[in-house]
Amino acid sequence: MAFRRLSVALALLGSLAASIAASSAQDRSIVVASTTSTQDSGLFSYLLPIFKAKTGIDVKVIAQGTGQALDTARRGDADVVFVHAKPQEERFVADGFGVKRFDVMYNDFVLIGPKSDPAGVKGKDIVTALKAIEAKGAPFVSRGDRSGTHAAELALWIVAGIDIASAKGPWYREIGQGMGAALNTASAMNAYVLSDRGTWISFKNRGDLDIVVEGDKRLFNQYGVMLVNPEKHPGVKKELGQTFIDWLISPEGQAAIAGYKIDGQQLFFPNADKSGG
Amino acid sequence: MPDHLSALQLILAGDPALFAIVRLSLGVSLAAVALAAAIGMPIGALLALTRFPGRPALVVLLNAMMGLPPVVVGLALYLLLSRSGPLGAFGILFTPAAMVVAQTVLILPIIAALTRQTIEDLWAEYRDELNAMNVGPIGRMTTLLWDARFSLLTALLAGFGRAAAEVGAVMIVGGNIDGFTRTMTTTVALETSKGNLPLAMGLGAILIVLVLAINAAAWGTRVWSQRLTG
Repeated sequence: MAFRRLSVALALLGSLAASIAASSAQDRSIVVASTTSTQDSGLFSYLLPIFKAKTGIDVKVIAQGTGQALDTARRGDADVVFVHAKPQEERFVADGFGVKRFDVMYNDFVLIGPKSDPAGVKGKDIVTALKAIEAKGAPFVSRGDRSGTHAAELALWIVAGIDIASAKGPWYREIGQGMGAALNTASAMNAYVLSDRGTWISFKNRGDLDIVVEGDKRLFNQYGVMLVNPEKHPGVKKELGQTFIDWLISPEGQAAIAGYKIDGQQLFFPNADKSGG
Repeated sequence: MPDHLSALQLILAGDPALFAIVRLSLGVSLAAVALAAAIGMPIGALLALTRFPGRPALVVLLNAMMGLPPVVVGLALYLLLSRSGPLGAFGILFTPAAMVVAQTVLILPIIAALTRQTIEDLWAEYRDELNAMNVGPIGRMTTLLWDARFSLLTALLAGFGRAAAEVGAVMIVGGNIDGFTRTMTTTVALETSKGNLPLAMGLGAILIVLVLAINAAAWGTRVWSQRLTG
């Protein structure tokens, strides 16, 4: 009895080891550190099968906030980074961790809030809206996780002339989680929250929330992609990673990005410029 | 996995992605239980049968480690297994192997501590007999482990339950990669963050039913083999 149980356990272990060995033997796979917005919006589950059909390369996506994704790449645990916080990305390349940064696509941020709009910001520009929210102390959910969206939110408070570190009170709730979790929290407490449009469109638990501010050019959200520097981390799969980047910024990859729609709404707008930036 | 389908529809339709996730969850957790049992049971038995200075402290430590926070274990292993970490050369971060290691670390103390308690209780009962028969230390260990096998099944189930239920460690060292390291619990976390609460709840229900089924099977095996062996 014990022997049979042991042999079942060993067989299980063996098959697991075999499947791991098999997956590393083919090795036509790369690890991409990316953001919760690209995953939660469903973009990757749409793009990656198209890329795999063309190249046979498996792309394994680790979805983290931009700050954490760059950190994962800095440790050499990813081959490619695909994030949205240009200043941080440029520093990543300048510090020698990334080879070169390419623009891939953009979408925009939207300010989400309760339909009742307690701070009266609907249709205003983003700066006026943030000032009103702060003045009224209306509940606001912040990502608080060093993600690209968090960085954009902090930059917008500065543009609005508000020192959020000293202005924040019980109305300002930093949750330290991903975009979806922030929307769930805002939905539960009827709060304002800054979101990328893609995640908002694909989000299912809206409750009483709706878009209150959009279309302000300060809400532009650029995504960039970089190969992790093989000179820093020899384990980086240079050719496969570069193939993925080249495809993303090729006319074909760009068309695929433009083709991703939910309920007829396009989520991301390709704007690659081959020269990089 | 298509969002508009409910979890029940996914099961009825035999969704291959769902089955892959279930298979990975069970495979990783069962492998962790097997590894933790192979290491933890001898340690527990040894601790039950030996007396040495500092033993009480070790027993307390082992018992306390049953409450290791998964997220901390995950983070520690992440730093060890990262390419920049001491074990980076193995390249197993973000693979199922890393998830097995993490869960093994989590449940090893549970299996070892429960084995120690079980064997120590049984030893009180068997001591005179085994002493009289002049059985050596290895013989004592194997006899006691064998005779306690039905009680030790509970230790294995406790370990399995903990492994199958945790999300913190596998999320960090596995990375929740679609079709590769995505388990039941990380899928529930992901669908929750997408605001897909009914699907997340449905997947949670499947996980609970699976754990229940495995416990029922273990119970049945125990009753059946106890009847066979008398």
